[in-house]
Amino acid sequence: MNEIFSNPVLAKALPEAIVETLQMVGISAFFTVLVGLPLGVFLHVTVPGGLRPMPVVNRIVSDIVVNITRSIPFAILMVALIPLARLLVGTSLGPVAASVSLSIGTIPFFARLVEACLRDVHHGKIDAAQVMGSTRMQVISKVMLPESLPALVAAATTTVVTLVGYSAMAGLVGGGGLGKLAYNYGFQRFDVTVMIVTIVLIIVLVQLIQLTGEWISRSLDHR
Amino acid sequence: MITVTDLRKVYRQGKKEVVALDGVSLSVPKGSIHGIIGHSGAGKSTLVRCLTLLDRPTSGSVNIDGTELSSVRDSEIRAARRRIGMVFQHANLMDSRTAAANVAHPMELVKAPKDKIRAKVAELLKIVGLEGFENAYPSQLSGGQRQRVGIARALASDPDVLLCDEPTSALDPATTDEILDLIQDLTRRLQLTVLIITHEMHVVKRVCGSVSLLSKGRVVESGPLAEVASDLDSKLARALLPLPASEVIKGALQAGPVLEILFSGDGAREPVLTGVARHFDIDLNVLAGSVETLGGQQFGHLRVQLGDDADCDAVLGYLRDRGISAKLARSTADEAELAEFAPADTDFAAETGDSK
Repeated sequence: MNEIFSNPVLAKALPEAIVETLQMVGISAFFTVLVGLPLGVFLHVTVPGGLRPMPVVNRIVSDIVVNITRSIPFAILMVALIPLARLLVGTSLGPVAASVSLSIGTIPFFARLVEACLRDVHHGKIDAAQVMGSTRMQVISKVMLPESLPALVAAATTTVVTLVGYSAMAGLVGGGGLGKLAYNYGFQRFDVTVMIVTIVLIIVLVQLIQLTGEWISRSLDHR
Repeated sequence: MITVTDLRKVYRQGKKEVVALDGVSLSVPKGSIHGIIGHSGAGKSTLVRCLTLLDRPTSGSVNIDGTELSSVRDSEIRAARRRIGMVFQHANLMDSRTAAANVAHPMELVKAPKDKIRAKVAELLKIVGLEGFENAYPSQLSGGQRQRVGIARALASDPDVLLCDEPTSALDPATTDEILDLIQDLTRRLQLTVLIITHEMHVVKRVCGSVSLLSKGRVVESGPLAEVASDLDSKLARALLPLPASEVIKGALQAGPVLEILFSGDGAREPVLTGVARHFDIDLNVLAGSVETLGGQQFGHLRVQLGDDADCDAVLGYLRDRGISAKLARSTADEAELAEFAPADTDFAAETGDSK
């Protein structure tokens, strides 16, 4: 215990690293949901036989945008997107810049999860909503989204947990945070204490996110 | 009043054309319940989808109180749909909404004022017998209660027509009768025009005033219940008044001719059989029988074997003179072919799927 408190690296750099990690995860989670949710809805409703079939557009978005982005390993995507981050936020360093590539890396992942959640809404419910005179937007906003909300929260939880892992990787290329701390001190300087503390903190963070997500999902589920 | 005229629906399956509805015509007056019965694959689901405009019919018309539904423009389709309230087999309630919120759903869509919605929801839940269940979620309700919420929701847009697609097929027999009685009660009280699509003869017997038999996309028989039931040759009569398969009882009588006799109305009250026995001085043996009240009339369907010395034609003439349909029975093989519908309760177990 004493080692942890007396470790100069931890005392100096840990609070900042925690804040940076939370920033990266928070900002990119926000943008992932903001863009990924509508993208997932779009993928679901434009599918042939969907609420608003647009087979060609659906194919393009689904195959080219989503699948290609998803098939590039995140470590490579992250490096490739450094120029974009510089363009958008003026720098390629720090948690805000890292959030650009984090968001772009997880948006297609989350969109696919959203698509799967919406597909699980029973078709009879959509029929019922249409027969009672719903517009397409009303079917989406009053049936698809509320009915799949528990599943969507679970999907968002999975996505945020993935983001925590990605953020540690982003730390290596200038994003900062716990990943950078663990790499610079724990790995390169063989400081076992730093390594263990950062790992424990990341585990605790993931646990907190998972438990909170599950709790929200359960409390929304009336099935 | 709903009138369906020569409705056709042709699907394309690759290069093949599949005729799902082949000129269906129906007419149901206000305040009455019409049953549409048929096997799976007869075109029932397609008919429902055409009536609710989920699918556009290929040709033909659907007319509700003078408004033509089949030709409305896409922009008017939603207003047209609100004239039809629909009850589904599995209720199809929203799990995320309480009973009250489910009933409020159709009214929210047209942005009705909140206080109006609240009053109407309370009224509707009351007439379907669910007072006090406002805040219950569908998962907390029984199958029958869920269907009641479904009916209340269907009525929320003040429809002229109530379309029920297998409304009781997922329910147990006692609940089935409760729901059917509710539909009948609402039909009278609200002067609705009701179409019930079903594969259960029991549903037709209990609430329908008239019935159509749908087979391979066509209406093959149709009419008021009492009328179709009194036609000894109709498939519907055989389904409405089914006779169990009966072997000729050996030893009791020598193999004499077997007759089928159908009494209806007043004929059902007279002691005809003993009349025949006395008049012709012959013996009679009842092999099978079924008695029902259909559309407010008494019906009796009997299979009777005569002694082998009986004059079959004379007996048939005697019965017909008294207004009773009678004919020589077909062979058992023909019977089996005609017995298209099992009595409702026997195939019940197979129908209770999960109702989520």
